[in-house]
Amino acid sequence: MKRLFNEFLKGIIKENPTFVLLLGLCPTLAVSVTVINGIGMGIAATFVLLGSNIIIAMIKNTIPERVRIPCYIVVIATFVTIAELLMKAYSPALNRALGIYVPLIVVNCIVLGRAEAYASKNSVKNSFLDGLGMGVGFTLALILISSIREFLGAGKLMGQTIIKGFEPAFVLGMPSGALLLIGLLLGFFNVLKNRKT
Amino acid sequence: MKDRLIVSASPHLHKKESVSRIMWLVVASLIPAGAAGVFIFGTGALWVIILGVVSAIAAEAILQLFTKRKVSVLDGSAVITGLLLAYNLPPKVPFWLPIVGSFFAIAIGKQIFGGLGQNIFNPALVGRVFLMASWPKYMTTFTQPLRAGAGFTNPLNYDAVTSATPLAALKEGKLLEHISYLDLFLGKRGGCIGEVCILALLLGAIFLLIRGYISWHIPTTYILTVGLFTYIFGQKGLFTGDWLFHILSGGLILGAFFMATDYVTSPLTCKGQIFFGVGCGLITAIIRLWGGYPEGASYAILMMNAATPIIDRYTKIRVYGTK
Repeated sequence: MKRLFNEFLKGIIKENPTFVLLLGLCPTLAVSVTVINGIGMGIAATFVLLGSNIIIAMIKNTIPERVRIPCYIVVIATFVTIAELLMKAYSPALNRALGIYVPLIVVNCIVLGRAEAYASKNSVKNSFLDGLGMGVGFTLALILISSIREFLGAGKLMGQTIIKGFEPAFVLGMPSGALLLIGLLLGFFNVLKNRKT
Repeated sequence: MKDRLIVSASPHLHKKESVSRIMWLVVASLIPAGAAGVFIFGTGALWVIILGVVSAIAAEAILQLFTKRKVSVLDGSAVITGLLLAYNLPPKVPFWLPIVGSFFAIAIGKQIFGGLGQNIFNPALVGRVFLMASWPKYMTTFTQPLRAGAGFTNPLNYDAVTSATPLAALKEGKLLEHISYLDLFLGKRGGCIGEVCILALLLGAIFLLIRGYISWHIPTTYILTVGLFTYIFGQKGLFTGDWLFHILSGGLILGAFFMATDYVTSPLTCKGQIFFGVGCGLITAIIRLWGGYPEGASYAILMMNAATPIIDRYTKIRVYGTK
């Protein structure tokens, strides 16, 4: 039981996709402008990760070795389409805010990376936990980045103005500011990690 | 006689120079430009300069204490960063702008790379570009000089009157007939605190050049390239551009003499420095003529800072006896 729990937990801190594996930086830079966008993107990616990890773990023995990447893409694209249609139906505003980055989850390296590195070698149960852990880790990272960016870059949190008279720094609303912020956070986490060891 | 014979390892000849001595001399050479800025724009400019310098020193000390390194604020490099950053700000900015800028310049521009001598970009320009990208409203609101001389259309200058810089006016397609070259040279125009008075900047620059603290390669090639490029492409027809206007306006002189020549972030060899200067000049002129911003000196220097390692690699001096 503990081992299974570790499968889930590793995606959150030890192998956090954004801060340790440095995967999926493109959507992170692009959509983490507001917390709502970050959560929406995180949930969509988690859904796709879960679905693709389960299916790929199920069919891993029937996929021919040479065409495995196209097979993964087809599976992933199916779930992305489901996620996009659901989003369009139930929260069109979020869909508009995320724009092209929802369909681009197809080529999100977290999803493809977990399919290639994990789901194609492990059982369905483990893959499910791995996908869930990675998805939650990605979502948490997005929430962290987007809350700092939304606060400093727009003076708001979850769309609410926090401090009156605060002059937001526009640069954090732009991808360049996000890159800077991710670099600083990475350095900060590495300092923490080095201190522990 | 006996105790004069000292046996020691080389070098035996020592010069009094040290990093901090050079830094403080550069600070001294920057003072005329700041004094001129304060004279032109009033005491508000003085506060911006003081805040910039003090917070740069504070930022350096705090970060060095925090990372448990030797506190080296007395070497003057943080003072230069704060001073140059303040010189790059408009005279009327909110009090927190130079503070935030200095902290960012020292923290992100310098200390994060490991302190003096390790940074790849000029810290003051990093701070300026950050402020420019974050609060463009404050960074592009310029005031007219307090002391309106001949040539200014608005004689009632009790309070600061906002006005565009000559380059911004040029970008918007306005005519600039009421600004003479002498006005530009003496600094009777809107602009950043330290960049307006070319005369004062040249005084400091000549001091540094004569004492050999900066070499002529970067500033000369930089300014000549901007002049040549704007002469050729400045107007609709070729070879009709107003090159003198472009040399005298904007932050070109300040950038060319005091920021592009930063030891840490510019190439080591003369040949490399010439490449560096020409590159800065080309980028500055291209941004001014066709880019989105009216002035491009800071971006040009930062871009060439990024190219410095590769310039250094290709302009390495042949070691004697090797091929």
